[in-house]
Amino acid sequence: MTTITYREAVRSGLREALKRDPRVFLMGEDVGKYGGTYACSKGLLDEFGPERIRDTPLSESTFVGAGIGAALGGMRPIVEVMTVNFSLLALDQILNNAATLRHMSGGQFNVPLVVRMATGAGRQVAAQHSHSLEGWYAHIPGITVLTPATVTDAQGMLLAALQEPDPVFIFEHAYLYSMEGELEGSRPAVDISRAAVRRPGNDLSLITFGGSLWKALAAATQLAQEGIEAEVLDLRVLRPLDTGTILTSVRKTHRAVVIDEAWRTGSFAAEIAAQIMEGAFYDLDAPVARVCSEEVPIPYPKHLEEAALPQPDKIVKAVRRLLG
Amino acid sequence: MTPAFTREQGLELLRHMLRIRRFEERTAELYQLGKIHGFLHLYIGEEAVAAGSIPSFTNEDAIVATYREHGHALVRGTSMKQLMAELYGKAAGCARGRGGSMHFFDASRRFYGGLAIVAGGLPVAVGLALADKMQGRTRVTGCYFGDGAVAEGEFHESLNLAALWKLPVLFLCENNLYAMGTALARHQSQPDIAAKARAYNLPAETVDGMDVCAVQTATHQAIGSVRRGDGPYLLEYRTYRFRAHSMYDAELYRAKEEVTEWKRRDPISTFAQALRTAGMLADSDLQRIEAEIATEIEEAVTFAETSPWEPVEDLTKDVYTGKA
Repeated sequence: MTTITYREAVRSGLREALKRDPRVFLMGEDVGKYGGTYACSKGLLDEFGPERIRDTPLSESTFVGAGIGAALGGMRPIVEVMTVNFSLLALDQILNNAATLRHMSGGQFNVPLVVRMATGAGRQVAAQHSHSLEGWYAHIPGITVLTPATVTDAQGMLLAALQEPDPVFIFEHAYLYSMEGELEGSRPAVDISRAAVRRPGNDLSLITFGGSLWKALAAATQLAQEGIEAEVLDLRVLRPLDTGTILTSVRKTHRAVVIDEAWRTGSFAAEIAAQIMEGAFYDLDAPVARVCSEEVPIPYPKHLEEAALPQPDKIVKAVRRLLG
Repeated sequence: MTPAFTREQGLELLRHMLRIRRFEERTAELYQLGKIHGFLHLYIGEEAVAAGSIPSFTNEDAIVATYREHGHALVRGTSMKQLMAELYGKAAGCARGRGGSMHFFDASRRFYGGLAIVAGGLPVAVGLALADKMQGRTRVTGCYFGDGAVAEGEFHESLNLAALWKLPVLFLCENNLYAMGTALARHQSQPDIAAKARAYNLPAETVDGMDVCAVQTATHQAIGSVRRGDGPYLLEYRTYRFRAHSMYDAELYRAKEEVTEWKRRDPISTFAQALRTAGMLADSDLQRIEAEIATEIEEAVTFAETSPWEPVEDLTKDVYTGKA
C-alpha cells in the first residue's frame, strides 16, 4: 500500500493518462506554468510540453467548448475548470452542447470529454468560492458525474473517465487535496458505475458522497461509541445513480440519513430521499432525514461557515432524532 | 458583378441559391399547413453567402452553423429528402428527426450543426480546429454565426483563443444587420465587425454578402490563408434577411422602405441578370433549373410525408453511447 495525498493521486492519474494515450491533453487556467491552482498538474508541463499541457485564457465557456470540439475532432481532452464556481460561465457549453449533441444529432456525434473541477466549501473563501453544485450537474442527462472521495478514486476515476465515449465531469472536493490516504489495489482505473459501502453497519444508513464522506465516517465512529452501528455509503457516481446499492443498504438498516453539502432545497439529497421512497418505502422504520447546508451564501468567518455546513455532530444529532 | 468563371460554374451557383430559396418557400407553406412545427428561421435573402462560401470547403473540412442553417446544409450536400424529413421530425431526417429546423447534423459531411444558442458554435469550432492542429492535419473548420453573436462573450473569447493558438478556423459572420429585432448599431459601440476581429490579430475583411461572386472570391482566398497555416481569419458578409426573424414577427424594428431597398439587391435576381448580360443564362436554362428543383422538392415532401416516425421505444437511445 502506498500513502499518497489526494492531490498527488490526481496528478498520478493525469500523468498515467498522458503517458497511455497520445490523444490525451490537459487544458485550463494555470494548469501549466503555475502547476495548477491546487498543484495537481505540477511538473506536467516540463514532462509533457506546452502542446499537451495548455494554459488557457480566463475564458471558461470557450475552453470548455473547445474541449467539446477537440473531443469531436478525435482528441481525448481533459479540461480543468479551476473551480465549480467558475463552471457557471461554461454551463451553456456543458448543457447545450456536451450533454446534448449525441442525442440531438441522432447518435452521429459523441463527445468523449473529461472535465475536472474543484468543488465545495470549508476553507473560509466565502460565498462566491464555496459552492457545491455537483448535484445541479447530476440533473443533466447525457453526462456522467463522479465525486471521488478517496485517493484511489481520485486517481482511478480519471483513468476510467477517459475510457468513456461520452462527457464525464469529475468533482474534486477542494478540502480533500491535502488529505492523505492509502492507494488500494494495483489496477489504475476503477469502476465508475457503483456506489461503495465504506463502513458496514446494521442500524442505519448514512448516504453521502465527496467531501462529506469523511464527516459521515467521523459521525459513524462517534455513534459506534454509543453502540449505534451506522453503514456509510459513498455514492461515488451521482449520474447514472447506483440506486440498487442504496436500496440494498436501506432494506437492511431500515433507516437513512442523507448528507449533502449543497443547500437542502432541491438538493441531490432530495433525489436520494425520493429514490428511497419509491424503492424501499415499506422497508423504512422512520422518515428519511437530510443533513445539508443551511440556506445561506456561505459566510467567511470560521464559526459561521462551520455552522452553515454539514458537520459530524449535526449528523449524529440527526441520527439520534431518527432513532429516538 | 462580372462572373469570373465558366457558364457551368455560374449556373451551379445560381442553382444553389435557387434551391435554397425554393426549398424554404416550400417549408414556409408547410409550416402554415401544420406539417412543420417549432421555430423555423428562414435564410431567404442571404443565399449568396452559403452558396458562395460552402463550395470552397473540401469534404474533409468541418462546418459549424447556427439555427438558420437550411442553406448551408443544402449546399454542403445533405440530401433535400433528409432535410425535409428532419423538418417533419421523421426518423429518416438528418438527425433522426430529433432536432428539427435548428439542428441539422450530418457526420458524413462533417456538418456539426445546427447549434442554436447564439455564439455557442464558436468554441466548438475552435476545438475542432485545435484537434486538427494537434493531429497535424491541414483541414479547415468553417464557423458560421450572425451579427448578434458578436455581442456574446464567446465571440471574443473564441477569436482570441484561435488567434493565440494560431488555429485553422475561418469565422464567417453573416451580418444581416439585426440580432432578432435589435439593429447592430443599437447593440454595438463598434459596429464594424471586421475591426473587432483585427483587434484580436485576425486578418478580417468585409464582403458584399448579396454578391455571390464577391462571396466566393473572398471565401476562397481566406480558406487558402487558413489552410496554409497562417491562423484564423474572419469574413464579415453584409447581407439581409427578407423574411421575419422566425416564422412570425411584426417587423416593428425595421422600415418597409429598408426591406424594399435590400430586395432590389436580391442575390438571385441580380446574379441571374449578370449571367444573362454575360450571355451565360438563357430563359430555357432558368426554366430547366427551376423544374429540376421543383421536382426535387416534391420528392422530398413525399419522402418526408411517407417516412416513419422514430418509435417511442427509441426515445432514450443515444443519450449515452450504446445505451437505450
